[in-house]
Amino acid sequence: MVSVRLENLTKCFGRVIAVNNLNLEIKDGEFVALLGPSGCGKTTTLLMIAGIYKPTKGYIYFDDVIVNDLPPKDRNIGMVFQSYALYPHMRVFDNIAFPLKLQKLPKEEIKKRVLETAKLLRIEDLLNRKPAQLSGGQQQRVALARALAKQPNLFLMDEPLSNLDAKLRVIMRAELKRLQKSLGITTIYVTHDQVEAMTMADRIAVLNKGELQQYSTAEELYSKPSNLFVAGFIGSPPMNFIECTLVERDNKYYLDASDFSIELPEDLGKIVTEKASGSELILGVRPEDFRVSLRPVEGAIKSSVYVLEPLGKDVIVNVKLGDTLVKVITPQDLRVSLGDTIWLVYDINKIHIFDKKTEKALI
Amino acid sequence: MKDEHITYKGIVLKAKIRRIIGAIIVYSIVCIPLIPIVLMYGWLIIQAFSGKPVSWLIPNDIPGGLSKNWRFLYGPITKGGTVLYRDFWRLVFNTLLLSLGTTGLVVAITSLAGYAISRFEFRGRDPLLKSVVVLHSIPGVLFLIALMYLLNYLGLYGKGFWTLVTVILIKGGLESPMYTWMLKGFFDAVPWELEWAALVDGCSRFKAWRKVVLPLIFPGIAAVSIFAFLSGWGEYLLVYTYITEAENYTLSVALSDLTYEFLYIDYGMLAAFSLFYMLPAVIFFITTQKYLMRMRVIAYKG
Repeated sequence: MVSVRLENLTKCFGRVIAVNNLNLEIKDGEFVALLGPSGCGKTTTLLMIAGIYKPTKGYIYFDDVIVNDLPPKDRNIGMVFQSYALYPHMRVFDNIAFPLKLQKLPKEEIKKRVLETAKLLRIEDLLNRKPAQLSGGQQQRVALARALAKQPNLFLMDEPLSNLDAKLRVIMRAELKRLQKSLGITTIYVTHDQVEAMTMADRIAVLNKGELQQYSTAEELYSKPSNLFVAGFIGSPPMNFIECTLVERDNKYYLDASDFSIELPEDLGKIVTEKASGSELILGVRPEDFRVSLRPVEGAIKSSVYVLEPLGKDVIVNVKLGDTLVKVITPQDLRVSLGDTIWLVYDINKIHIFDKKTEKALI
Repeated sequence: MKDEHITYKGIVLKAKIRRIIGAIIVYSIVCIPLIPIVLMYGWLIIQAFSGKPVSWLIPNDIPGGLSKNWRFLYGPITKGGTVLYRDFWRLVFNTLLLSLGTTGLVVAITSLAGYAISRFEFRGRDPLLKSVVVLHSIPGVLFLIALMYLLNYLGLYGKGFWTLVTVILIKGGLESPMYTWMLKGFFDAVPWELEWAALVDGCSRFKAWRKVVLPLIFPGIAAVSIFAFLSGWGEYLLVYTYITEAENYTLSVALSDLTYEFLYIDYGMLAAFSLFYMLPAVIFFITTQKYLMRMRVIAYKG
């Protein structure tokens, strides 16, 4: 297997900067997801690692060797595309055997490997079909088999699950993860679906507008987002953002929003004052970090129910604080209806504060 | 409730009648222009096997025409007692050489050029594409004299067999631009991801073109081949202008010779000759029309 390191990697298409100064290290055997909205440069990054695009600047290392000029065929990578890119004119068997034939392996060996891989992915009885005769899920398995049969050092996947239906996607998610762990192949997985990234990857690189936002584990992205973008991108429903200002009164620190005010503990207040570029801040609270109380609670935010969105197990209570719609997840058994007055209780240790100007997390 | 039902019955019936009348009108209109075409081909076929001149599609001395009309297959082609061509099969060979040569040349050029124009960004790509269309609107006859100068200068005019080979080059050159355009469309329809997959799987760029892209545009190549073949088969002007010896002529030139001096025209042989001349076109269209009709490249499920 192989470790991958990207150093100041940059790719421009004309004047458009698709990937900007990306630094990333992927350990041997690690499963890393590149996560971001469409157009964030994640596929471009993947294609550069595959050798299909040439970096404008920067270096790609495979095990400490610069591979910038190595053609894709010599990189020994297996790749699965969003459209699967199966060769329509070849039978499934020949699709899987294609990379092996190009390696000029003996016929017997090719047959053995194709059958082995087909068995692993449970597509043995499809080997004589043409890709057009397969369902989406089957095509996906064939694409995986083709990438696996050549025993690659590095596995690249570009949104491989996004063309499957929701149910199959959940099943394949687990199977892919299991497969990766059992084979131990270094894997880079591109997706725009945060659930996919969080559930499958060891580490996640969040990209936006061609720049790396945060590179960390799922837990850390969730609990310690480094900026406003990551905080808003990870988690569903997304984090609530409320604009507020930092006020200092009698050695006490307050976050002052239009409808309410939150007192900060002294140490927190000092850190925020030190780091903030101005007094304009954004308060971030995840919907699951609020608790709804029907009776007044000391320090809680008073509000009223704007709309209810039941989810079965939970219900999302929407309240209006100033002009912002705030979402709160509560258990289904909460008895509230439209217009009821409620109190939102928060844990001061679970709030996030961002600088409005730099968008960076302050705590 | 019941009334509504009856009304719908009436509407359905009316729609049906309207549909039938519409079909009758459409088919009649389509059939009218077909009549002269059917009559001409009918005459051709019947005359080719009749010993005496035919009028109104009534066969005249059918078995008798067989040996008389088709005598060109095994003897010299004569008209009014003079020998026009000594060997018919030499003409067939020349024609096949010209049409197959043109096909090979055109396919070789256009499958590479079409790929390049479809896939590569290079300076002058757009002007090139546009000029192909503009140039195509200029009739090839205009180049006749200029090409004559060129052939003469290169010492290729009147060089018998080699001039025929040169005609293949000219023909390939004249035909290629437009077919490059046509194949470009086919190449455009092949998704990049397929080519990338081939590169990752271990192909060089050229191998990916040959093993993955080319098989996918087979219908396009087939269409180009047919058009190029038929255009070579039907070429008259270039052969007639540049080739000076009768033994290097092609069927089209021979056919036109049969129609000169109309007092001596042997209609039986003319029809038989024409029928033979028509054969490849008919065979080609019957066997390959599904490729000609299918302009979509691949059944790509994504």
